Parts: sequence; C-alpha cells; structure tokens
Amino acid sequence: MTAAASKAALVRGEHVRKTYQMSAEVIHALDDVSFEIRRGEFLSIMGPSGSGKSTLMNLLGALDRPSDGVLLIDGEPVNEMTSDQLAGLRNRTIGFVFQQFNLLKRTTALENVKLPMLYSRDRPANLDLAAEQALEKVGLGSRLDHHPSQLSGGQQQRVAIARALVNNPQILLADEPTGALDTETSNEIMELFTELNKNGVTVIIVTHEQEIADWTNRIMRLRDGKIVEDQRLKGDLHVVS
Amino acid sequence: MSFLDSLVAALKALRQNLLRSVLTTLGIIIGVASVIVMSSINAGAQQRVEEQIASLGSTMLSISPGASRRGGRSSGAASAPQLSERDLNAIKQNVPEVIDATGELRVAATAVGNGTDWPTSVNGVHAAYTVVRNWPVAEGRFFSQQEVSSGRRYAVIGATIVEEVFGGTNPVGAQLRVSNVPFEVIGVLAEKGQNQFGRDEDDLILAPTTAVRARLSGRDSTVPDQLDALRILFRDGADLSRAETDLEDVMRVQRRIRPGQADNFRVFNVAEFIRARNETAQTFGMLLAATAAISLLVGGIGIMNIMLVSVTERTREIGLRMAIGARKRDILIQFLVEAVLLCMIGGLIGLAVGLGASLLVANLADWDILINVSLVMVAIGASAAVGVFFGFFPARRAAKLSPIEALRYE
Repeated sequence: MTAAASKAALVRGEHVRKTYQMSAEVIHALDDVSFEIRRGEFLSIMGPSGSGKSTLMNLLGALDRPSDGVLLIDGEPVNEMTSDQLAGLRNRTIGFVFQQFNLLKRTTALENVKLPMLYSRDRPANLDLAAEQALEKVGLGSRLDHHPSQLSGGQQQRVAIARALVNNPQILLADEPTGALDTETSNEIMELFTELNKNGVTVIIVTHEQEIADWTNRIMRLRDGKIVEDQRLKGDLHVVS
Repeated sequence: MSFLDSLVAALKALRQNLLRSVLTTLGIIIGVASVIVMSSINAGAQQRVEEQIASLGSTMLSISPGASRRGGRSSGAASAPQLSERDLNAIKQNVPEVIDATGELRVAATAVGNGTDWPTSVNGVHAAYTVVRNWPVAEGRFFSQQEVSSGRRYAVIGATIVEEVFGGTNPVGAQLRVSNVPFEVIGVLAEKGQNQFGRDEDDLILAPTTAVRARLSGRDSTVPDQLDALRILFRDGADLSRAETDLEDVMRVQRRIRPGQADNFRVFNVAEFIRARNETAQTFGMLLAATAAISLLVGGIGIMNIMLVSVTERTREIGLRMAIGARKRDILIQFLVEAVLLCMIGGLIGLAVGLGASLLVANLADWDILINVSLVMVAIGASAAVGVFFGFFPARRAAKLSPIEALRYE
C-alpha cells in the first residue's frame, strides 16, 4: 500500500469476507469484496435483501469484524481490533443514523445529542454548548428541550443526525435514513446530508430506494455477497482541509 | 463514561419508570426494615440481660446445698446438709481472688409498718451483701459487720416495702415489725425492678444473719449457724471456672466429702445461668432476623427480575449506546449502578421504616430495643451488596449483547 493511497482512502477493504454458520450451512454474506471509500465521498450502497448490504454496513460502521481480509477505517485495522477498541473507533470516527431514529424516549433532544460525548475520551469542556451547536447545524436550534414524542419524524431524524455529528466523525453512516419518512421530509433530510457532505463529511447511505441513491455521487450495488456495480455519478469530492 | 455520568443516567432511568422502581424496591424496603426491627429487639433484649448480669455482679459465684448435677442424677436438696457460717469463713480464708462474700438466710415474713400488713421475704445477710450483689443503698446506710456480729435488729428495705408499708415516705429511722419482731429501718436499697423471671426484686427486707437466725428462722435446723446460700464475689477478670473448682475443693474439705463421693452442694454461676436461659430467646431472635434476611434475598431476586425485564425492554437503547461508542464495561456499569442505586434507595427507606417501627415497638410494647450504628451500616451495606449481586447477572447480559443484534431488536 502506497502512502498516497492510504492517505486518500478513508475506508479500504481488501478481500473482505464475512461468513455465518447457519446450522450445517455456511453463508457467505460477503464474498471476497475489495473497495475503497475516499474522504468527502457521498456514497450509497444498494442491493436487495440478502445481498450483503447490511453486512457491509455493519463492517463499515465498525460494529463487526470481517471473517477474513483486511478492513481499514481511518487507517485503523478493524479486522485486528478488540470490541472495546471498535467501540472507541465508532465513537471517534463514525456517526450513525438509523431508520427508526433510535432516540432515547422521555429524554430531551439536547440530552440525546449529548450522549456520544459521554462515551468520548476527549470530550469538549461544555457538552451543552457542543450539543446545541450540533442541533443548530441541523436546523433544530429552537427545540433543545423537546422530547422525541413532541417532535415530527423529520425533526426526530434531525436530532439523530445532530447526535451522529456531535463528535465530529469522519463518516456519517445512515441506514435507510428516510425509510420512515414521507417524500417531502425525505427530500429535506437528503438535502441536509448533501449540505453536510459539502462541508466535508463523508456520507454513506444504505438504501434500497433509487430516488434516495440518486442524491449521492456514487452508487455501490451488491448482490449475493459481491459488489456487482460501482458507479461514480459525479466526480467531485468535498474535502475540506 | 464517568461514574458520575452513570449515576445521573441511572437516576434518570429509574425516574422514567417511577412506579415500577418503587414497587421493585418494596421487597428491599421490607427486608431491610424487618432486619432492623428484629435485630434491634434482639440487641435490646441482649443488653437487658447483660445489665441484669452486671447488677448481679458478673464475677459472683453462688453455693447452695444439694446434690451436684454432675453425674446426671440429683439426690435432692432436702437430704443435703445445710451451709453454715463456717463454710463462708473457710471460703474467705482459703479461696484465692475472693473480694468478699456473704451468706443468705431466707425467711418468709409479714412486715407491719404504719399499720399495714405486707407479706414479703426477709433475707439475713452479711455486711458485704451490697458489694457482692452490686446493689447500693439509696438512702440511709447498710449495717456493718460488727452490727451483724452483735445481732442488731436493723433492716434495710427494698423500694416496694417503702411503697407498700410506709406509703412512700422516708422510712429511715422508722420501726418495722417483721413477724412481730421489731426492727429499725436504717436504709433503703436502690430500686432494681423485675428480674429475668418477672419477680419483683425490690420486695424484700435485708437484716443481719444473726438477727434473722435468732428471731425469725425456725429452730429445727440441723446446723446452728445455718445459711441457705453463699454468694462469693471474685476479683474482676478472675478465671471463674478455676474459681468454681477452688470453691468446690474448699467445700469438699469443709463437708468432709471423700474422694469419689458426689458433692452435696452446688456451685453455680448465676450470670452463666441467665445467659444460658437467654440463649433460647436469642436463638429465636436470630431465627426471626434470618427470616428477615430471607425477605431481603427475595427482594434481591425481585430486583434481578425487574432488571432483566429492563434490559430486554431497552435492548435497542443498549444497541444504540454501543453503536455510539459505549464499551461492554460502560453498559455493565450503567445497569449495575441502576440496580445498586435501586437497592440502596430501598435500603435507606427500609432503614427509616425499620427505625420508626423499632421505636414504635419500644413505645407500644414497652420492649427494650437497641439501635446500633453498626447495624445501620450493615443494613445499607447489605442492600448495596444485594444490588451488586443480583444486578450483576442482568448487567452482564446487557453488556454481552451484540450491538448489531441489539439494534435490530424489535
């Protein structure tokens, strides 16, 4: 691996395999895939269910280790790390956005956004301020004290995005982020992702909707555990140094 | 996550399910409260016994005529020869570490003071009685050994006699007719109350052995200087079992008992006797406290149960926390802190309830209770321990969840 390549690649997978033992059968969820994701990319991962896209997402989110192969996230070898090291990597490097938002109930937006900082080693001096700024970034500066139940779906997803952003991660990893939202709200959320990407955050969206994938600059399609198509639509990477 | 953060998170989680939290801690509350009540009643009873022993003189040994219980069969007190003044003197001279000794010669009598009749008992004793029995004189004085020797008809009376015969007025200097023999009251004993067996200890008259023997006791005794019992006070810290043997040796010589022959007297340790008697009550109390401890255990199982439910309910939350960077240890601590906090809150409430109930028992049932600080510490420590013990399994289950599985949990 050349120095230049390692510098450019934020995520790099080489011959990554993920197999599951299902009773007598061995399932190859990911079958020898290699890929590179560079800083500033706006990428979507598509594929039917069973294609391995959830498995790939789990690996990209450092939630899991590959069974075989090398996976580097921000230069760190995921395949060699302990679960506690993975937790640290997730905390520093990755911001998660989920289909069902996964906000803590009966907890204010501000407290929800503060949560990742509580698990952080170098936390900001003023957690409230940092959380407020993250909420302002997603356009929810006026709803700090609202509970999830007092917010619309789109607003809840914005809180979740603010939470994902609060530790200034390298990667924003969204799993079907618009799956629970109507079209108009979906577009608003995608606009937000686009804007965040323009500001230098690498955004990876896992989706099965072509309309959502169309917002992104690169589409990676999976089928039967292999990458069958890797399509770069627009060439520009948004790297802010 | 810092410990403070965990504490804050745990408090929030408990508050979110306030009713459930309260109901869950109920077991702990009841457990701790009953442990406190049972133990304070026990400790109170124990203290009372020790006070009684102290009031008897804890280093006092008694001798009474009768067959020794050693050997398993008793030939009965009646057939054994009486004790005498000579026995008492021999003991005072020959047994080491004796501070003082007194004889007792007991007679039932009727006391008449201000025209009131009062059936009571008269105890003929020596001047050392107040020291040996650790029973001070409250008013007036006790008789001296010279006055005993000269057979003065002096009486030192208990508080009940003052009340019943003299109507509570100061009787010192007054005349008291005991079975028609006039005695002069020279002192009043400090009030003692009821003894272990419920007998009123203050209902008695003390008089010199000589006077009692000469004027009150029957003439049919086989020994001219008869005594019913000897009470011997040993130095503080004396080896009482050794002292017992010494007493036996002297008495066997006195009574010319040949080697191999059974004793015809008994040496006993009243303090030991009371302690032994109290052991049954103590055992019963321990049993009650153990039952209370079991309710603490059941409370702990309740905590574990609800924590398991909580872990299951919050699986997605656990998954989320793991996704955003919580390590296994963070999750473990979070749930452990929650369980311990729940138990300690329960423990504190239980402590308050237990103390309240103890005071109520003390007031309503007029039982002695003793609340000691160490018990309070133990109660709080025990509830925290219950929290750690029963909270660990659910917490570990939470920490062992895979973040992927947990996030997918419906």
